[in-house]
Amino acid sequence: MTIVSAMREVSRRPGGTFSLVAVALILIVAIAAPLISPYAPNAIAPANRLMAPSLDHLFGTDHLGRDLLSRLIFGSRVALGVSLSVIAISLTAGIALGITAALSPRPLDLLILGIFDIVTSFPSVVLALALVAVFGPGLSNIILLVSIVFIPHFGRVARAQAIAIRNSPFIEAEKVLGAERWRIILHHVTPNIIGPIFVLACMDIPVVITIEAGLSFLGLGVRPPLASWGNLLNDGYTYLDQSIWPSVFSGLALIVATLGFSLLGEALRDTFDPKLRRGP
Amino acid sequence: MLRSHSFYIYLGFKLATALLAVAGAVVLLLALTRFIPGDPATVILGSRATPEAVAILNARMGFDKPLAEQAITFFARLFSGDLGEDVFNGRPVLTLVVTALPNTAALAVSAILLAIVIGVPLALLSANCPGGKGDRLIAFVSVGFISTPSFVVSVFLLLFFAVSLRLFPVLGAGDSGNFADQLWHLVLPSAALALGWIGYVARLLRSSLLEVLGESHIRTLRAYGVSETKILLKYALKPAIIPTIAILGMGFGELLGGAVFAEVIFNRPGLGSLIYDAIRTRNYPLVQGSVFVIVLLYVLTNLAADLLQTFLDPRERSRLTSGSGDGR
Amino acid sequence: MTPSLLSIRNLDVSYPTSRGHARILIGVDLDIARGTSVGLVGESGSGKSTLALALLGLLPENAEIDAQDAMFDSCPDALSPATAQRLRGSDIAMIFQDPMTALNPLFTIGTHLVDIQRRKFPHASQADLWARGERMLVRVGVSDAGNRMRRYPHEFSGGMRQRVVIAMALLVEPKLLIADEPTTALDATIEAQVVDILRDLRSELSAALLVVSHSFGLIAELCDTVIVMYAGTIVETGPVNVVLHDPRHPYAQALLACEIEPLSSIEAAEPLVTIPGTVPDPANRPVGCVFAARCPARHDRCIEPPPLVSQGQGRSFSCWLGVSL
Repeated sequence: MTIVSAMREVSRRPGGTFSLVAVALILIVAIAAPLISPYAPNAIAPANRLMAPSLDHLFGTDHLGRDLLSRLIFGSRVALGVSLSVIAISLTAGIALGITAALSPRPLDLLILGIFDIVTSFPSVVLALALVAVFGPGLSNIILLVSIVFIPHFGRVARAQAIAIRNSPFIEAEKVLGAERWRIILHHVTPNIIGPIFVLACMDIPVVITIEAGLSFLGLGVRPPLASWGNLLNDGYTYLDQSIWPSVFSGLALIVATLGFSLLGEALRDTFDPKLRRGP
Repeated sequence: MLRSHSFYIYLGFKLATALLAVAGAVVLLLALTRFIPGDPATVILGSRATPEAVAILNARMGFDKPLAEQAITFFARLFSGDLGEDVFNGRPVLTLVVTALPNTAALAVSAILLAIVIGVPLALLSANCPGGKGDRLIAFVSVGFISTPSFVVSVFLLLFFAVSLRLFPVLGAGDSGNFADQLWHLVLPSAALALGWIGYVARLLRSSLLEVLGESHIRTLRAYGVSETKILLKYALKPAIIPTIAILGMGFGELLGGAVFAEVIFNRPGLGSLIYDAIRTRNYPLVQGSVFVIVLLYVLTNLAADLLQTFLDPRERSRLTSGSGDGR
Repeated sequence: MTPSLLSIRNLDVSYPTSRGHARILIGVDLDIARGTSVGLVGESGSGKSTLALALLGLLPENAEIDAQDAMFDSCPDALSPATAQRLRGSDIAMIFQDPMTALNPLFTIGTHLVDIQRRKFPHASQADLWARGERMLVRVGVSDAGNRMRRYPHEFSGGMRQRVVIAMALLVEPKLLIADEPTTALDATIEAQVVDILRDLRSELSAALLVVSHSFGLIAELCDTVIVMYAGTIVETGPVNVVLHDPRHPYAQALLACEIEPLSSIEAAEPLVTIPGTVPDPANRPVGCVFAARCPARHDRCIEPPPLVSQGQGRSFSCWLGVSL
């Protein structure tokens, strides 16, 4: 299926058009941030603090007089950067561990599954918090720590798919032909599990965005002055009694992003993998 | 009736798996402290701490012991009701956690109740007319509710109801002893937590209901002119709710995660704000203790959901009590 | 002849599909006299189950139903959604094919038996309906009925469940009882028991019976007249013993030839007879005789719609062979 026909299919789903527009907007804004942002995101102007939206500052200013629109535009880079990095890392590690488990002797398989079980016995936000408590906040730490939280998610799917494929007749045939184990995996298993895992990855993007913004909101994520939507929302929350605009706009940015990616993920799931349709 | 052998085996197996997960989580928590950069005791106490204080803390926390020994000590102390001590003022972690727990429990339970009270009718409306305007609207609203981060909802609710309209109290959990005041303080935080769950319940239950409504026992009832209302509310709802319960149990983790934000934003005492404060002050025993209790709560809730699901289904029930029932 | 209970003329049922209208029933006439028993026989896809569900108003919502005339017990327009809704559960009841899935696994037999009587007896007390249910279980041969009322469907064997399903149908004292493949899902021994129950009840009941089956055998045991359906049309109809012993339509002949003789020994059995070919695509039906493509006696005239030939003893069939005879 070409990208164009996939997009056409997605736009037919409920909320599909909204999701395409929202995601495209965020992607464009993140890529073109320095070109389109009206001010430098960290330029402080204490005289202009907590201004309401105006022609000069379309979304108003924050408690240090920084232009909110510019900070939101740069915040999209953090949201996308963190979520895509986390997905890439947890996806790679998850697939590697999942396939290893599926093809390993029973004790190693059980060990890997047990580790997955332990990690998922923590609520994801609480595990992220516990990890941050030890390793400390910061951009690169957040990316690595949140990745750990998501590894079992991909690992389990990869393991299940790899086992299903391992037991399927065409793999048996390859074994009879004497093909090497790892060559079989690379040639057959990986391409076969990429589809469902890709859909899963799309659906996890909004969850990662939420966790990053949440940790940053608590002051345990991305360090200020780097503009993360979570930091912006926290600033807004702190000065809520003086100006509502920073909270309103950073909250809306988060809602548009999470809703857009959620709807896109669901539309992709329905398009590519109707079998997964049921369930949460 | 439920007193047969296989029932106890089943319960024991479930309980053992749950405790194994908790034990694994404890080992992970203890192992994590190994990664604290530098000497953990110095990090906790700060660079001005006396060597004696560092030595005492190290001995108390067992940072110098092997991991297995640390874990055994942790459980041994746990059984005597000792979860460690707050490094700053020496108060027992258990006391802090036990004081905080009822607030978080009240928040979580009221959020779940709210989600059921609103989510179940939404699911019924949706399933009653699948593909209709109402169904599509509810589907869209549900996705919106699910994907909106709970801390954004919290801030918006605070902004709208407490700051702009001044309808609800802003902060705190209310006067202790004054039940009405406590309930009043619970409205906004539990609404913030419940929103995602409303969408969650509405969606899960809708698809479950539609599946049941397509089964042939429903056609039998229709053939006898049993009213659609009765079919939906009695004969379809009960089988549809059972699979939903287990999935909701898994979602309970997100609710506990959301409680951290709700408690911080609404300045409520509870496990979430306890963890948050502990992390900010690097009070590791308190982080360990409260995260442990959250994991325990999460695992036990899942266990409860699992058991509830089993016992709502008469087929599962008699499978477990087989021998006492006369079969056919 | 006894006064007619159900009389349907020219019933068409079709569904819109992406390839055009799928015509499931075409010009079907159905007459059932009070207290008589009619069998509807045909292979899968013949439209027999659609006809039964149409009588109950239980076809999917996108079904297009059209009949020249549909009279049930002096009630006109019996197939309209409103009327069908009113008739089912009070005047018409149905015994479904698979007793394993016909009952809700989470509710007791008693709950089922009480709730299905509500339409017929809206003002009766719960206790009365419970007692009626229990008595009916006894009547259909369920032992220990008082205790069984509080049991769940999975605690019953297949045959016992089918008795429960029959009890449900009898509880509403219908004027017409439809049995859709009532024995197909059962073991052979239990099948015989269920047939016995149905036959006993027939002699006691005033209800008319419509038995839908792919098997001539069941219909021969339970019915007075038989209707043979093929691809949504009636190809032959007449008294059971007449059609059974001397089928005229080539499809009826072929269908009878497919029946396994219950008494023939396995070793001596001939290879199973099958009808070659398949039922025509409902969205793309032939202009002439629908059976022509599979018919061993096909000839030139079969490209035209066949005429309805009536013969003595109440038999009629639609085939060009009837004209040349």
